[in-house]
Amino acid sequence: MGGVHPPENKLAEKQTIERLDPPKSVAIPLAQHLGVPAEPVVARGDQVKTGQRIAKGEAFISAHIHSSVSGKVKKVDAVVDASGYRKKAIIIDVEGDEWEEGIELDEGLQKQCDLDAKEIMTKVQEAGIVGMGGATFPSHVKLNVPKGKKAEYLIINGVECEPCLTADHRLMMEKGEEIMVGIELQMKALGVKQAIIGIEQNKPDAIQHLTRLAADYDGISVQALEVKYPQGAEKQLIKALINREVPSGKLPIEVGCVVHNVGTAFAVYEAVQKNKPLIERVVTVSGTSVKKPSNFMARIGTPVSALIEAAGGLPEDTGKVINGGPMMGKALNDLEVPVTKGTSGILIFTENESPRPPEQNCIRCARCLTICPMGLEPYLLAQLAEKQRLEECEDERIMDCMECGSCLYICPSAKPLLDHIRVGKTRVGKMIRERSG
Amino acid sequence: MNELFNEITVLSVVSLGAIGGVAAIVLFLVAQKFKVIEDPRIDEVEELLPGANCGGCGLAGCRALAEAIVKAESLDGFSCPPGGSEVMQDIGKAMGWEAGESTPMIAVLRCNGSREFAPPKVKYEGAMTCAFAHNLFAGEGGCPFGCLGCGDCVEACDFDAMYMDKNTNLPVILDDKCVACQACVKECPRNIIEMRKKGKKNRRIFVSCINEEKGGVARKSCKVACIGCGKCLKECKFDAITLENNLAYIDYEKCTLCRKCPPVCPTNAIHELNFPVRKKKVEKEATTE
Repeated sequence: MGGVHPPENKLAEKQTIERLDPPKSVAIPLAQHLGVPAEPVVARGDQVKTGQRIAKGEAFISAHIHSSVSGKVKKVDAVVDASGYRKKAIIIDVEGDEWEEGIELDEGLQKQCDLDAKEIMTKVQEAGIVGMGGATFPSHVKLNVPKGKKAEYLIINGVECEPCLTADHRLMMEKGEEIMVGIELQMKALGVKQAIIGIEQNKPDAIQHLTRLAADYDGISVQALEVKYPQGAEKQLIKALINREVPSGKLPIEVGCVVHNVGTAFAVYEAVQKNKPLIERVVTVSGTSVKKPSNFMARIGTPVSALIEAAGGLPEDTGKVINGGPMMGKALNDLEVPVTKGTSGILIFTENESPRPPEQNCIRCARCLTICPMGLEPYLLAQLAEKQRLEECEDERIMDCMECGSCLYICPSAKPLLDHIRVGKTRVGKMIRERSG
Repeated sequence: MNELFNEITVLSVVSLGAIGGVAAIVLFLVAQKFKVIEDPRIDEVEELLPGANCGGCGLAGCRALAEAIVKAESLDGFSCPPGGSEVMQDIGKAMGWEAGESTPMIAVLRCNGSREFAPPKVKYEGAMTCAFAHNLFAGEGGCPFGCLGCGDCVEACDFDAMYMDKNTNLPVILDDKCVACQACVKECPRNIIEMRKKGKKNRRIFVSCINEEKGGVARKSCKVACIGCGKCLKECKFDAITLENNLAYIDYEKCTLCRKCPPVCPTNAIHELNFPVRKKKVEKEATTE
């Protein structure tokens, strides 16, 4: 249902992943995942090694955080993060690059794994892996199927439907084998027999590459998908691949599915086979004005400015720098913001590209209705949210909105539909929480 | 033919008349059974209220307040911010109840992060609504507690008591028009606007900042932020000032408007309004400190 077709602009799709050196100083936020922020276990002045755990997330929905560099903890303080607000982070001054013992650094592929499901899950939890697609939901929680539910399919998200981003695409091309082993490990942890990798048709090389690799693995198949945004949203992906609909307000496990990103599969491989925690990720730096659109393997905590510098520096006519994709990403208001586990891309828009067109009146064209992937009525939700008619918002299923931004993109009157809905969601969420005590 | 026509006419007149009669009786009985007796005093009280339906009393409108007052049969705990104690006295007189003295209140903006003191570091291009901006970032000046300057409070004001100052990008509250209905207080996503005692001759002293960050961090984004140094605390002889989370707060119930604290504030975060201009000597002291 629904969907839009924004220009793809995948400028960096042929650029191989480039490993960035650790910066002079990193700021590692304590809240890089959905759920409860992690608690720091190091203090000012402590020496840490790369891969050492520096914060623990013991709550049910939380994740551990590891140092991405070796050096000395400068302080635990609040720094501006991608949300635009100051959040607590561990700031480390880098000294050399000494890794924690037990982490294998050689790049050789390791297929064999004798661990059982429980041990794999523990390793994933220990490595602090979260969903790498951007939502950053702790992965071990997803691998832990609740009692009474049964997982039938593992769905691997290689769609990357956001325009401009190429991080997952490059990862599939360069680390295909590792991803396959990662998927196998996840299948073992979940006890499922079938895994499907969904890839949009605009990445024929990745489809071909992974299909060839998948032939050697039992139960893993690759499926090409129609190009449209948001094809890579969890519920839309399940619908497209196995034609099941996740009920409103429920998780994919309700229809026997667990969805993981290809980046997560790679992180699982590294955690289980190489003992390496999640301390780096692929970040696309792109934009029409960028000198050298690139894909970087960057350490968590690297300031965004260092990435932009590596891609040829900040162009003079920059109007906006976006964290994430152009559809769901958010403009940054500080370039020293650190890269986190969920940073998939840094996009640079020129002055001409960045401003929003002036808002006009709704012309009742109903385009937002036709394209809403969740089958909602964005114009109505926006109106109700604006008037603060919260009960009606809830009845119109405002909480089902995943904030994909398709309505905002398609609206010929440039109405800030999503902004209204977002404020409405916050208020309705508060109302629901108050009601349940 | 004529006879037949007559017969039909008679028949229909009689039958319709009968149905009408039965319906009238039924309706009469139902009306008796479900009669709503409304206290006539509700109308009387509503008549005395200003009729602004501002919601300042915390109820849905003037009618709702009138109903609540009559139901409670007393004026305790009720107040009409736009009408003030005068209206309450009137209602008390008409109904024969005691009306307590209510203190006149006024909205106060607890942020002075103007363009000059908190210069914008980024440009906000989204729709000009504080609710959106608050969801998106800390603000153009970088203070996560400060005024966003999109004017949601001005929009909310039903009494034309606020306007946006184009130079400072802060809302201004007009003393003579504000009726303390709290519409702006509820609208502000950052809870910057506070209801404070109006004070004699509209005089009031307050800390114009709600930043709870440490002094250095707060000063980084705004020159006139409260840094929680506690100098005003030592100066106050009436225990009116408390310091919590790096932020001083002046209790308007305890404050005697002695004007001792504003000069000692190193960041000029304490504001005094509607006082006569200080004598030069005092000013000198303030600057040397």
